[in-house]
Amino acid sequence: MNDEERARRVMSHEHYPDALLHGILSRCRTIAMVGASANWNRPSYFAMKYLQAKGYRVIPVNPGKAGGEILGERVHARLSEIPDPFDLVDIFRNSEAAGGIVDEAIALAAEKGIKVVWMQLGVRNDAAAARAEAAGLVVVMNRCPKIEYGRLSGELSWGGINTGIISAKRPRPIRA
Amino acid sequence: MTDRKNTPTPPETDDAPRAFGFETRAIHAGARPDATTGARSTPIYQTTSFVFDDVDHAASLFNLQTFGYIYSRLTNPTVSVLEERIANLEDGRGAVAVASGHAAQFIAFYTLLEPGDSFIASRNLYGGSLTQFGITFKRLGWTCHFVDPTDPENFARAMTPDCKAIFVEALANPGGVVVDLEAIAEIARAHDIPLIVDNTLATPYLCRPFDWGADIVIHSMTKFIGGHGNSMGGAVVESGRFDWGRAGKFPSLTAPDPAYHGLTFAETFGDFGFTMKARAVALRDFGPTLSPMNAFLILQGVETLPLRMERHAANALAVARWLEAHPKVAWVSYAGLDSSPYRELAKKYLPRGAGAVFTFGVEGGFEAGVRLVEACELFSHLANIGDTRSLILHPASTTHRQLTDEQRVAAGAGDDVIRLSVGLETVGDLIADLDAALARA
Repeated sequence: MNDEERARRVMSHEHYPDALLHGILSRCRTIAMVGASANWNRPSYFAMKYLQAKGYRVIPVNPGKAGGEILGERVHARLSEIPDPFDLVDIFRNSEAAGGIVDEAIALAAEKGIKVVWMQLGVRNDAAAARAEAAGLVVVMNRCPKIEYGRLSGELSWGGINTGIISAKRPRPIRA
Repeated sequence: MTDRKNTPTPPETDDAPRAFGFETRAIHAGARPDATTGARSTPIYQTTSFVFDDVDHAASLFNLQTFGYIYSRLTNPTVSVLEERIANLEDGRGAVAVASGHAAQFIAFYTLLEPGDSFIASRNLYGGSLTQFGITFKRLGWTCHFVDPTDPENFARAMTPDCKAIFVEALANPGGVVVDLEAIAEIARAHDIPLIVDNTLATPYLCRPFDWGADIVIHSMTKFIGGHGNSMGGAVVESGRFDWGRAGKFPSLTAPDPAYHGLTFAETFGDFGFTMKARAVALRDFGPTLSPMNAFLILQGVETLPLRMERHAANALAVARWLEAHPKVAWVSYAGLDSSPYRELAKKYLPRGAGAVFTFGVEGGFEAGVRLVEACELFSHLANIGDTRSLILHPASTTHRQLTDEQRVAAGAGDDVIRLSVGLETVGDLIADLDAALARA
């Protein structure tokens, strides 16, 4: 059992070991972002732009903007309408609304290749997380993939933010 | 224990991250080996600017949509290491390093206050802070009400609707006074305003303000943090736990910011929104930047902070005890002494030692004070504190000279008061120097 497997086995959703998050961010390629905004100064827009710059494809999902475009990507009304496969669902909705999105992700997991459900900072739905984990998905809650990417890569230290990382090794590249 | 104290502590779980000790963090936090070169000591990035990959990258950086260096007025890789180190040692969320402790105070208040706002501060502060808050800030439309901090209820009595913060020194300069942080934090919390604690004299090794409910910590890193009397520096640290939106008192953080194209800092950056705003607006627009060279020197100092603070406190206690028994000494105000009225508070808030800066009264008043200071051979006569070298000062004739007589006495800087910052020399030599100087006072 490696560090990442051990971490998954004792998952409490209070902490996520760095090895687990590093593994998720290294393996995922395509992210469906539910609640993506077209407004440049909204947090979801910040996260989408950052993740695109890091080499991820980010597909926006937002019923109000369906058919339009955000940062060069066509917006879809719901996860089931995305034609291409995607490995991670990033949820920018409130904790209650996240439940329905998670159920949609569980139903589509096999068809689309979804491996991870990720709820944003401030979003936590333990019942939905338990359903997703029972269906074999990895769940991260109350975290932002942009901030975690920045934290693990060393970029976040730029802002004087306490990353909590103590290590005598150089930062490991995330998409090695 | 307050609710706030418990909030950030999640239940114990098997997957809790390993907690490293203070000494380990004082050396390693924020300083992984350099990603490109593998350099183990933190390199000095002596550069003003950093190249952009392309115009879109530049735009993303300026919009704060991506993390990265632009210009050393805002961020510099050497300074960033120091910022993360201090944030980590305080168990805070983030920190901004600036050119001095005074700059740190200005940056912190600029990020919180609107013109017309007020705040309440302890009257037992470093003399320079009394002037900055009481006189210079007034010209910016900020009013400071000073209160006697030894009764925490004084903060509640002085509360007004436009009050946006409470400011105290945990261990007060020029010395001896320890404030009841937990009680004052409760009052701040009841009024939905942050408690700002200047932790300069105690350092995070001796005092843990965030554990007692503080929301922002200020440092003059010029003092014990750097510790060698060679570099000016200041820091503002955010706990990440204050809810800026709860009472609607901080539009600077919760409303779209015209200085940043309508960005809302608390929403966009969550628990480090204050730190981002302090950097991206206050530091950007006023420019009191810490130099990479000073950041490097201060980092060198921080690595030995735990060792130094232990010895500083041990030497200070020995000197204080010796002074207390000296016939020419009227009184000694050191919270490490059993005679101190602040002994119990010191046991609670400063369990590892009451610091190394304290005051005593010399028989013979103003003139005797001046003679004593001038007669020392080993103690340096200067205005800084927190140096490896022992320092002596007569506040009434120097640092607190610009205050009124009443303010001087209130601040603990009356005519007979001598302030010491006890260094790391052989303690017997320090006592011998004071002994000889007292004989001539």
